[in-house]
Amino acid sequence: MSSFAQPLRQDSLWRAALRSRNFLIGAVITAVFVLAAVVSIVWTPYDFAAQNIPNKFKPPSAEHWFGTDHFGRDILSMIMRGAQTSITVALVAVSVGAAIGTPLGLWAAARRGTLLDETIMRLNDLVFAFPALLIAILITAVFGPSALNAIIAIGIFNVPVFARLARAGALTLWQREFIMAARVAGKGPARISAEHILPNIFNTLLVQITIQFALGILAEAALAYVGLGAQPPIPAGARCSRTARP
Amino acid sequence: MPAFLLGRLVSLTLSLLAASVVIFLVLEVVPGDPAQFMLGLNATPELADALREQLGLNGALHERYFTWLFGLLHGDLGISYGYKVPVADLVADRIWISLPLAIYALLLSTLIAFPVGILAASRRNSPTDVSIMGLTQLGVAVPNFWFAMLLVLLFAITLRWFSAGGFAGWQDPVAAIRSLTLPAIALALPQASILARVMRSSLLDTLGEDYVRSARAKGLTRGQTLWKHALRNALIPVLTIIGLQFSFLLAGAVIIENVFFLPGLGRLVFQGITQRDLIVVKSVVMILVFAVILVTFLVDIAYALVDPRLRRSTR
Repeated sequence: MSSFAQPLRQDSLWRAALRSRNFLIGAVITAVFVLAAVVSIVWTPYDFAAQNIPNKFKPPSAEHWFGTDHFGRDILSMIMRGAQTSITVALVAVSVGAAIGTPLGLWAAARRGTLLDETIMRLNDLVFAFPALLIAILITAVFGPSALNAIIAIGIFNVPVFARLARAGALTLWQREFIMAARVAGKGPARISAEHILPNIFNTLLVQITIQFALGILAEAALAYVGLGAQPPIPAGARCSRTARP
Repeated sequence: MPAFLLGRLVSLTLSLLAASVVIFLVLEVVPGDPAQFMLGLNATPELADALREQLGLNGALHERYFTWLFGLLHGDLGISYGYKVPVADLVADRIWISLPLAIYALLLSTLIAFPVGILAASRRNSPTDVSIMGLTQLGVAVPNFWFAMLLVLLFAITLRWFSAGGFAGWQDPVAAIRSLTLPAIALALPQASILARVMRSSLLDTLGEDYVRSARAKGLTRGQTLWKHALRNALIPVLTIIGLQFSFLLAGAVIIENVFFLPGLGRLVFQGITQRDLIVVKSVVMILVFAVILVTFLVDIAYALVDPRLRRSTR
């Protein structure tokens, strides 16, 4: 992080990033994970659902790099397909949360101090009061377990996160001269929010998106672990670990 | 302070009411008839109708809501569809597992995070700091149920120091705490990692303040400045996170109680969902949300005590 502390010119940013050990380690891990997921769309070493019971519980070997599970399924193939599920669920859920939360926060900030602002923010507090995982479990209880419902569940508790962040960022910006200039130029609150506020809080939002994405993957894993995520035969990394529980 | 307290209390009550409406409505739309479910194969339309009447399921929506709310206030949570005993009894049994577990985990995470965070901050960028940051990064990334399984493998199956699951009961407090230890560690470690990181960065922020430099200038040692001036001021963000973590611990317990077969509230909710015992789900979720809102309220009050400036604003 320290190498990002001082402002950098665009062209040296890439070089600075490559010099940062933390960035390199993170980038390599992410790349492997994403690559496994992307490749699994078109190809996995074996069919991830193909059972081969005589071949069960095989240790890692040249044919099965990560060995086989209790049904003789290839674990590497299941992990690759499972990575796809994890990434998709977390990515879509966080996007949904950001796509709903950010406009809500911007709207509240544009009408700061009004009843609307107060209503939006108190509703956010309410969603915040529910432990995230509990919302997820409730939703899957109502609509049944599936990857889609896991997405909705994780998405809902991301909404207040982005609403709060967007509102807090926008509130300080509304006091700035360039916003005043835009108002004098005759732009309405909606246009100012979209054209001037949003680009200026985008960095903060992006940082939060990465954090929420990581939490989303963990939440998906927790849901899958108790059997409320993607349903068999679609692999979810965490469900594999559940069936292998000691 | 009284005005601040009153404002907070009003907002606490309103949040609780709103939460109860949401929970009630969400579980109202669940398909399936509890009476049909309870009767199973014996269900005739007349029997089901009689049972619905007995369960109070025939009233209008708002009537049922107020009956439920009124019951909640009196500690009457209705009769479980599945267990056929009062939900309040089920909750009363299980809360003595979930609450100690959450407190145990919170204590552990605080006890680990404070020294570790302070150590990392006081030796900034040293190998100690770097390795602590690396380990906590790992702690944040590891799902707690997976960590729990590793704990079971090592401490229960290989070393046989603890049992792999189940709960011994409070008749023997030592055995009870032993059976809560692995779950509490599994719950606490990711939280401790987060807390240690917050502690470190918050302490580093305050260590950069002018008043810390003044304290050093008047002749205090680094250690004295840290303990007397920086630490107290660094505690506010740490308090926030501890408050938030309590809600994570309660919800995380749903998963961890399942790993360790602990008959706590989390497992009760989970079983309620799988068995469609929604009256249990409704009340237990309400209790958990109540706990979270209450803790948030207490954290707000704690803020006001730590930082007098916060008493003036209502938010």
